[in-house]
Amino acid sequence: MKRRTFNKLAALALMAGVAGGPALAEDVLKVGAVAPKTGPLAGGAAVTYWPNVKLWVETVNARGGLTVDGKQMKLEVIEYDDQTNPGETIKAVQRLIDQDGARIVLPPYSTGLNLAAAPIYHRYGIPMITSTATTDKADEISSKFPNVFITLGGAKPIVQGAVEVLSKLRDRGDIGNKLAMVNVADAFGIELANEAKPAFQAAGFELVYESSYPLGTQDLSPVMKAAKAAGPDAFVAWSYPPDTFALTEQAVVEDLQVGAFFTAVATAFPAYAARFGDSIDGVLGIGGVHADGQDFQDYAKRHEEVTGAKPDFWASATVYATFQVLEQSIEAVGLDNAKILDHIKGNSFDTVIGALEFDEHNNNPSFWTVGQWQDGLFKGVASTGREGAVEVLKKGAWK
Amino acid sequence: MDVIITGLLLGGTYALIAMGLNLQYGMARIMNLANGEMLVAGAFAAFWFWTGGQISPLLTVFLVAPAAFLLNWLVYVVFLRPLVRRARSRGQLEVDSILTTFGLSFVAVGLMLALFGGDYFSYSYLSVPVHIFSSTYGANRIAAFAAAVVICGALWLWLNRSRAGMTIRAIAVAPDSARLVGIDVMRMAAFAFALGGAVTATGGALISTFLTLDASTGGLFTLKALVIVIMGGVGDVRGTVVAALLLGLLETFVATVIDPGLTLAAAYLVFIIVLLVRPQGLFGRSTS
Repeated sequence: MKRRTFNKLAALALMAGVAGGPALAEDVLKVGAVAPKTGPLAGGAAVTYWPNVKLWVETVNARGGLTVDGKQMKLEVIEYDDQTNPGETIKAVQRLIDQDGARIVLPPYSTGLNLAAAPIYHRYGIPMITSTATTDKADEISSKFPNVFITLGGAKPIVQGAVEVLSKLRDRGDIGNKLAMVNVADAFGIELANEAKPAFQAAGFELVYESSYPLGTQDLSPVMKAAKAAGPDAFVAWSYPPDTFALTEQAVVEDLQVGAFFTAVATAFPAYAARFGDSIDGVLGIGGVHADGQDFQDYAKRHEEVTGAKPDFWASATVYATFQVLEQSIEAVGLDNAKILDHIKGNSFDTVIGALEFDEHNNNPSFWTVGQWQDGLFKGVASTGREGAVEVLKKGAWK
Repeated sequence: MDVIITGLLLGGTYALIAMGLNLQYGMARIMNLANGEMLVAGAFAAFWFWTGGQISPLLTVFLVAPAAFLLNWLVYVVFLRPLVRRARSRGQLEVDSILTTFGLSFVAVGLMLALFGGDYFSYSYLSVPVHIFSSTYGANRIAAFAAAVVICGALWLWLNRSRAGMTIRAIAVAPDSARLVGIDVMRMAAFAFALGGAVTATGGALISTFLTLDASTGGLFTLKALVIVIMGGVGDVRGTVVAALLLGLLETFVATVIDPGLTLAAAYLVFIIVLLVRPQGLFGRSTS
């Protein structure tokens, strides 16, 4: 009898020990993440956003957890699909804070969803270090929502970068001044095209073809045929992922011979290189990274090891870098949101994209604007003050 | 000339997208809102076989079609047959099937996300230029067009010349009377539904050679297919083909001559005109 009681007690103690170890409530820090898993932007989020959430949580937990006020806390992530719908993003943030007890909420994905969710992050006082939003209105946003930070840059500097790169090619005699420009008829494409048109004209380029096409257009061959018929020396498209693929394919099929070929979102995606292989050597695109830098290469290697997928050559590293900013701030000042915000504003952070520091408008002033595929890597060729830019090359024939 | 060929090629693509839905809606009387997801699944199979083993999408379709046939048969038997049994009128069946397949489309997206991930699947197959009348066209689009001609032609012949085809048309026109002449309506409807699914998945495999898809793009294709099927007349193969080609030609004409930004507007304008003038579709029979 006695022995049985002892055994029972021992078993109970063992169970308590197993259950009470790492799973004790106060040792776990709940992290909320909300971004598209379905809807029009799901494809982009699957490349750029979600793998980084996994990589960050696994990296932090592998070294024992996040150090909060001297105590090691393991991260536990709660993921919500916002279906690319701003209303769902806002609801998910509320649910994460009010019901799930998340102490950290990561920023959402894409310009539109970030801007739509900024007020709710502001109401809860959560630091929102955006990493996939491009906007020129950082000063306006930061005066209204001082908890919002912009990391990826804005339309104006990106257009400036594209103009600089093309001007350089023209001044070197690699291309003439005839430019064909198209854009997807969506907030992103329209804003950039409206910025770019006067900027290219001011730089002395002649717009020989200009057009927009609706989002989700299934056949872009009329667009590419017309662009080719105009006999341009350079082609620029402010495009979204499916059309970036379609325009490139049509350019190959039509054998569009230009010295500069620029497409926007998804040019930096690994799937782009996987699809077109060597034929994209010399293709220019939005974004870029310091591809030869040790920081990026280490990051890309771990990204592939942990998530089984390669990062893209633009926003992926930026997404991870903003998680690092949050991580370093929490380790420095604890979980008090007001203190975290002060810390982010007042410090420079060591991240996978290099030093990251915000100006008085909560804006990261130095980011990549244009990259180019060279020898299988998408290397940054223009930035607003990032190190490691390589010389831009003239695009040869499609292979 | 250029506009006509480009337009016909696009029309062929549209015919591939819409033909399966026409069979499911027109013959089996199931308004299948999960049709686009079947297309994406077919596309993913082609992508997987191509990247995994360099197996041509033109061969993959011979695997995809039977698999999709089986899957759609099961879907019909498990989820849709009970609705058909209890439906008192065609209208009730329509409402029930729309609700059920709308739900199924979410299930399908979820399953595909879990199986394939949310990444874009995109590969290069036959993306080489072909010269016709001094203009260039993608060989993959021409291959898809050829396949569309074969599939639509075969379906038309089968429906109009064979006994089984006649049976299917009978259940489409008058399911109650068809039973009286000894046709197993339930079995034939399941067959038509499964066949529609197989055609859709085949279309998906073919168009994946030039379109970039991800797990949640199915809805877009369902919508396009619906517009074409309704424009052409529900349950009419000829109508679907004509509507698809018309839409392809129209969009290409507008994109080339007027402005690429107006293609969607033009497509929906024609759709509205057809609905106003001939609500039963170009080739449809008047329901009253």
